[in-house]
Amino acid sequence: MTTLLQQIVNGLSLGSIYALIALGYTMVYGVLRLINFAHGDVYMVGAYVGYYLSRKLAGREPSFVSAFVVMLGAMAACAVLGLVIERLAYRPVRRASRLTLLITAIGVSLFLENGGQLVFGPDPKFFPSLAPHFDFHVAGVRLTSEQITVIGVSFLLMVLLRFFIMKTRTGKAMRAVSFNLDAAKLMGISTDGIIAVTFALGSALAAAGGVLIGMQIPKIDPLMGIIYGLKAFVAAVLGGIGNVPGAVLGGLLIGISEVMVVGYLSSTYRDAIAFGILILVLLLRPQGILGRVQKEKV
Amino acid sequence: MKGFLLAVAVVAVLFAANALFTGALGAGLAMSPYLLQVICLAGINIILAVSLNLINGFTGQFSIGHAGFMAIGAYTSAYMTVNFGDRVQSVLSFLPSAARDGAVLLISLAAGALLAAIAGFFVGVPSLRLRGDYLAIVTLGFGEIIRVFILNIDAVGGARGFSGIPKIASFFWIYLFAALSIVVVYRIVHSSFGRTLIAIREDEIAAEAMGVDTTRSKVISFVVSSAMAGTGGGLFGHYLMYLHTNSFTFLKSIEIIIMIVIGGLGSITGSVVGAVLYISLTEGLREFAQYRMVLFSLMLVIIMIVRPQGILGHREVASFLTRRRRLPTVPSAPL
Repeated sequence: MTTLLQQIVNGLSLGSIYALIALGYTMVYGVLRLINFAHGDVYMVGAYVGYYLSRKLAGREPSFVSAFVVMLGAMAACAVLGLVIERLAYRPVRRASRLTLLITAIGVSLFLENGGQLVFGPDPKFFPSLAPHFDFHVAGVRLTSEQITVIGVSFLLMVLLRFFIMKTRTGKAMRAVSFNLDAAKLMGISTDGIIAVTFALGSALAAAGGVLIGMQIPKIDPLMGIIYGLKAFVAAVLGGIGNVPGAVLGGLLIGISEVMVVGYLSSTYRDAIAFGILILVLLLRPQGILGRVQKEKV
Repeated sequence: MKGFLLAVAVVAVLFAANALFTGALGAGLAMSPYLLQVICLAGINIILAVSLNLINGFTGQFSIGHAGFMAIGAYTSAYMTVNFGDRVQSVLSFLPSAARDGAVLLISLAAGALLAAIAGFFVGVPSLRLRGDYLAIVTLGFGEIIRVFILNIDAVGGARGFSGIPKIASFFWIYLFAALSIVVVYRIVHSSFGRTLIAIREDEIAAEAMGVDTTRSKVISFVVSSAMAGTGGGLFGHYLMYLHTNSFTFLKSIEIIIMIVIGGLGSITGSVVGAVLYISLTEGLREFAQYRMVLFSLMLVIIMIVRPQGILGHREVASFLTRRRRLPTVPSAPL
């Protein structure tokens, strides 16, 4: 029983990172109907920016303040990166067919992966510890301070995002664009601006995920974005793509099921489980757990 | 009759070229082993690109799991050759050794293609109901699942890789199958069935309204494409004599997509041009290995922005020479 609880805790902390990345997929899909393949790689860049920033801060005692600075820096850098990607790669092909958009996204993703290998070096790097480390023991379950930070920060960010989308003017405009881009444009919403904001926000969340994963699993490498990105995408589809609470739910479910498979079956199936879930979801409930069925109009 | 003569001519030319390149007509005329290997790998990539173009370019169903079917074909045929090759050799002991090797290769490739086709059927039936991005992701998922499963089968070496495959695929066999795959796709595309595929690509709903059984057509196209990818994989294994699941990752599928996107989705000659161009560039830029994938990815984005239909678009090389369009080019509808 304690093992099971321990696995659930581990799964939650992994899943909350998937959820953070999945939010970016879901938001971009919501406004552009585009699977932003490069999103996982933005997350990788976020982890690296965090790595270099924390190296700059090295020598100081690990503290929550420096962790906070590192995370904000990485989020700002990736928000800019998201804006640049949107402006240079996606905006020129926005009116083209979905296939063109998809191939462009794959191209951007490959560019970031290979550019990352060039700039950061192909070898894995080890993330320095940012925050003080201590363990809690609750009913036989071990909770590390990293896990608590990861879960806490992710949920804080998700709550802030929820507030932003539901309560601010920009958030309202974002929902309008996601509902119907052309109608939103007719209502005087600057759709280009909203799409840019969406990319910036999604990328910043991915960067936060990157720094958080660096705290929890300190090994980072330029290709780490592929598999995390794919799993987060699966999480977004599982929850219902385009649906913000769905992405969070999907992320947590994927995280927990992955930890369960590794714990009780075999670690070689670690990456297959997410795809297995994806295939089942698409066959049984393509709109996802919380998604709505969209009618096809001719 | 004309077709038959042409086929005989192609086989004769390939046979002679094979003899020439491998030095059977005098060592001085032989090609350097490195260049020959590059040419042979280009041939395998032609098979893969042409087959992927059938499903991605002509049917308009964006699949990014082609490497999975290639892996099934590669591992099945290698397993056949390693475990049953001797038996076939002894049954056919009255034949010269080259012919015996050819027979073993053909039987193994057939087995590989068959299993890849069966896998294509079981992947295609559920996933081809989905469209666009979802189909892409599901095929990607299946491709990865196939790879992980092969990685866990001990009979084919698992994580150690599969070694000890005899080198019985040569320039001759590779280009024979490359020519065959071009002919197969050409004949399919120019048949009435091919027109249903193109109708599905242009507008699936309209095609369905016209009475096309879209799911059936898409599945057939997918199965044929998978079988051809399996053949390509089989040749790959019998040429390099070693297989590892790392050769069949998601990146391999992306490579094949880059080839057909460069050449033109929906152009057979385009796939050939794309495959040859891709291989030449990767080999030519070997000195700049760390920059070349950066270059390819930039190229992919730039092609999408300035010329989304690829170099040739839906057209074939011949249509440029005769200044006549083969098919009216319709801007592809959103998926």
